[in-house]
Amino acid sequence: MNKRTPLYETQKSLGAKFISFGGWELPVSYSDILKEHHAVRNNAGLFDVSHMGMIFVTGRDSLKFVDNLVTNDISSAPCYKAVYCPMCYENGTVVDDVLVYKISDTRLFIVANASNTEKDFKWISSHIFGDVKVEDLTSDYVLLALQGPKSGDIIRKLTDDNDLPGFFRFKETTISGMNVILSRTGYTGEDGFELYLNIKENGSDPVKLWNDILNAGKDEGLLPAGLGARDTLRLEAALPLYGHELSEEITPLEAGLDRFVKFNKENFIGKKALVQQAENFKVQEDLKRKIYGFEMLDRGIPRNGYEVLKHGETIGYVTSGGPLPTLNINGGLALLEGEDLNFGDEVEIRVRNRDLKAKIVEIPFYKRSVKK
Amino acid sequence: METRPDLYYSEEHEWVRVEGDLAYIGITDYAQDSLGSVVYVELPSPGARIKKGDVLGVVESVKAASDIFSPVSGEIVEVNEELNDAPELINEDPYENHIAVIKMEDTTELENLMNHTEYEEFIEKEEV
Repeated sequence: MNKRTPLYETQKSLGAKFISFGGWELPVSYSDILKEHHAVRNNAGLFDVSHMGMIFVTGRDSLKFVDNLVTNDISSAPCYKAVYCPMCYENGTVVDDVLVYKISDTRLFIVANASNTEKDFKWISSHIFGDVKVEDLTSDYVLLALQGPKSGDIIRKLTDDNDLPGFFRFKETTISGMNVILSRTGYTGEDGFELYLNIKENGSDPVKLWNDILNAGKDEGLLPAGLGARDTLRLEAALPLYGHELSEEITPLEAGLDRFVKFNKENFIGKKALVQQAENFKVQEDLKRKIYGFEMLDRGIPRNGYEVLKHGETIGYVTSGGPLPTLNINGGLALLEGEDLNFGDEVEIRVRNRDLKAKIVEIPFYKRSVKK
Repeated sequence: METRPDLYYSEEHEWVRVEGDLAYIGITDYAQDSLGSVVYVELPSPGARIKKGDVLGVVESVKAASDIFSPVSGEIVEVNEELNDAPELINEDPYENHIAVIKMEDTTELENLMNHTEYEEFIEKEEV
């Protein structure tokens, strides 16, 4: 039986179509995926992402503990910063990619992918040392993502707080009269916010928060948006999706996430394996596989799992693919090996027994222009 | 969801409009609505012979690729090339934008298809 978020009925009355994702029944779209996609790029979109896992770590040794679990550097990050991190196995492949919110050295929370929350919780719990308490508080929280260039204008209508957090920062503040954690993060490649509402707290009303945001954004072109648009938006921004660009068989280095792997950290789980892979990379780069971006030249739509070939030989497979609506092209990401590929190189994507031409391109496909 | 009285319907949500021994084939309003934005239609090759139940083409939405199964057997005499550049026509008017035309070799195959009231009942059951 799939779980539902507290906003299920509200979304249903908005005409949402639901799909099953990571053990949850979630809106795939409300009106039309493409319309929602463009709303986020041009104005704003509101997503219910309450399916994301919320794992809290508290206690005296929390910081050291979390720092050892992930490849990025939490220790030297300031408090009230959200840090994107792969969390690895000893062999360097990925348990999950998470956001670590550092409230203080003794209180942090980890935002996990829905389909991995249980696995992550077990993994994290099995490494406890010192004074550390780990709790899965997913069901206590509603998470809303307000994404798009108009997000700031919309949030300002709902708060007296003049000091909104900067990129990848967060704060505890009041939105629409409710205490929330407001974070300048997202998964769309746009400016935007994620709001964490503890629904067990007095005064919390997720339906009211959702409706208030939608109303505040009415004149700004804000639309409720579903998982369909979330996926096309993140793909254009080349943000990895666990189970596709990252998995228990792919390392963060192969996924092109080396800037989130801090080898100067004293230790973290998977460091030894990743150090070795990084060294091999330099010597025999051409033997290693890596995530590349590609754009279709022929007509056709690449999908997850399709074979990629060069000169008739299989060199890998598509990890995520589809239409890239902002660019009006079809393309995707692929895990490729065998050769040192360069931008502009032609490859073929096997679409239902036909080999269609594509070319390797730079990622991200889409990069937002920074506000002056 | 719109249906039209002058069409035959399959359980895979294709419609058939018959003109003599020609069958115009498209996907229903219900089908286009469940797919969402159609971004690509893979058309069959004109001249090819096709059996009832074979894959006639593929309709791709943003999320997924869905096969279109031929509701009748025969020779593909025409495909709707307009869909190459404007696949969204399937969403805009699914009954006016066919995918292919088949010259039927056995018109009794039409007897296995539904009329519009039967199809309405059929999709009502699918909804539950």
